[in-house]
Amino acid sequence: MAELWQLTIQEAHQRLLRREISSVDLTRACLDRIGQVEDRVKAFVTITEMGGLQQARAADRRIAAGDATPLTGIPVQIKDLICTRGIRTTCASRMLENYIPVYDATAVSKLLDAGAVLLGKGNMDEFGMGSSCENSAFFPSSNPWDLARVPGGSSGGAAAAVASGEVTYALGSDTGGSVRQPSSLCGVVGLKPTYGLVSRYGLVAYASSLDQIGPIAQDVTDCALVLNAITGQDPKDSTSLPKPPGDYIQALTGNIRGLRLGVPEEYYVEGMQTGVRAAVAKAIGVLESLGAMVVPVSLPTTRYALACYYIIAPSECSANLARYDGVKYGYSYQDTDNLLEAMEQTRQHGFGMEVKRRIMLGTYALSSGYYDAYYLKAQQVRTLIREDFARVFQEVDALVTPTSPVVAFPQGEKIGDPVQMYLIDVCTLPVNIAGLPAISVPCGFAQGLPVGLQLIGPPLAEATLLRIGHAYEQATEWHKARPEL
Amino acid sequence: MSLDRAEVEHLASLVRIGLTNDEIETLRDQLSDILEQFQVLRELDTRGVIPTGHAGNLATVMRDDLPGDCLTVAKVISNAPRTEGGLIRVKAVLEE
Repeated sequence: MAELWQLTIQEAHQRLLRREISSVDLTRACLDRIGQVEDRVKAFVTITEMGGLQQARAADRRIAAGDATPLTGIPVQIKDLICTRGIRTTCASRMLENYIPVYDATAVSKLLDAGAVLLGKGNMDEFGMGSSCENSAFFPSSNPWDLARVPGGSSGGAAAAVASGEVTYALGSDTGGSVRQPSSLCGVVGLKPTYGLVSRYGLVAYASSLDQIGPIAQDVTDCALVLNAITGQDPKDSTSLPKPPGDYIQALTGNIRGLRLGVPEEYYVEGMQTGVRAAVAKAIGVLESLGAMVVPVSLPTTRYALACYYIIAPSECSANLARYDGVKYGYSYQDTDNLLEAMEQTRQHGFGMEVKRRIMLGTYALSSGYYDAYYLKAQQVRTLIREDFARVFQEVDALVTPTSPVVAFPQGEKIGDPVQMYLIDVCTLPVNIAGLPAISVPCGFAQGLPVGLQLIGPPLAEATLLRIGHAYEQATEWHKARPEL
Repeated sequence: MSLDRAEVEHLASLVRIGLTNDEIETLRDQLSDILEQFQVLRELDTRGVIPTGHAGNLATVMRDDLPGDCLTVAKVISNAPRTEGGLIRVKAVLEE
């Protein structure tokens, strides 16, 4: 019999409905699990034990009243970049170390309305900038499969918490791979929705044209359940899209016969580990055996996506992070009467090195004299990348690629070299540039560490991606593997 | 593509970030490395290509201008480092 903290959302929901367990039991089991492993995994910036237990008791009353949703009474961790009313939201930055939002993000409101039990806030790379969780201003998180290795990033705390059973699922955010890459490195499922499908209201802005909130869960079905709850048009986010008709659970038919899957050769980059290549090749074979038609495709602009992203994202970041001036909220250097010096000192001490690097890079790319060569050029390349995807999606229903060219790497290995760190996201960045949906599902191991398979679809093809991922899970056991802790 | 020290200092002043000497040197090297990676974009002919500013295809979104609940002043300024009488206190902008 599985421990309560090992249950998926749908398993826990069934047992809650049958009254075999209560939400308080489940919540205490997760809190106990946090007590056992958190000093090693370090996935949480803040743990909300009291609030969580209160929500669990409310959930139990709701279940008793016959008013339960699939998420009622189920423990969740929220990435610390997503605002939670009355609960410190730090973005893993000194700048917001003591910031307490006075409102909930729309995605959080929707989860709370569904009866979620919020157990705390997930560690991350500062403001979402990083691929290893080592850029947290507080402490790095560890990969539950090997504590000396990174969990990925930037939603590293979220993926590590789900993989280690501290929570049943989590919400992360994905600007260039920040949901999918840590999910891949920790052996869990992470979905980056189509740009606009989930409201960004209350998601602290990093790069607004790329940011998107997404679920991290133990399997594809759980991702579908969370996605059902958090989508929908929001008057508070003018870029949000109407909720598509239907239910993502209905998409999980197990049948992918006749679907056309494209394998873009350009994603098999130099430096990709052979174990990753082998695991993904085997997974593609499984999809073929399930009746999908696999065809090679070409996305020639892929090799420009990295440069395009690292111009656009820092440019937007340099504008978005101008708001941290030590005046309205956040860290504030007070030891001077000079306004400009106060701002410079506030931003010097409040931001970490990666954040400073991206603000300066973006400002450079936007400055007169360089604007045409960098920012405008990158926006034009963005058009070409989108057109490339649009062209292949006339031929195929989805693309199949590795999520990350490497498995979880040792802490400290890449943190000193930004260019090496940026290369980790080479398979995930193009998706954000084009605003597409993509999911990472576990597809095996290399060097004893999880490998993720990425499925990319045209805009609003979440149902197709979930269907493929679910069918793959039915044929394999990888998603059931959990680390020994 | 490489930046010199003066360019890094100028950028830092534009973005209002104080930097130590070591940080200026580190950033000079790292930003130069990163800019070098961007040169690959020159291979692409983008003459006449319309730039994409956003992932969505939205036009301007309008909604009715309706009154609704809003936050209290106390809540709005609850995270401000210095407040006085329901206002945020700032350092002098204009010096005598």
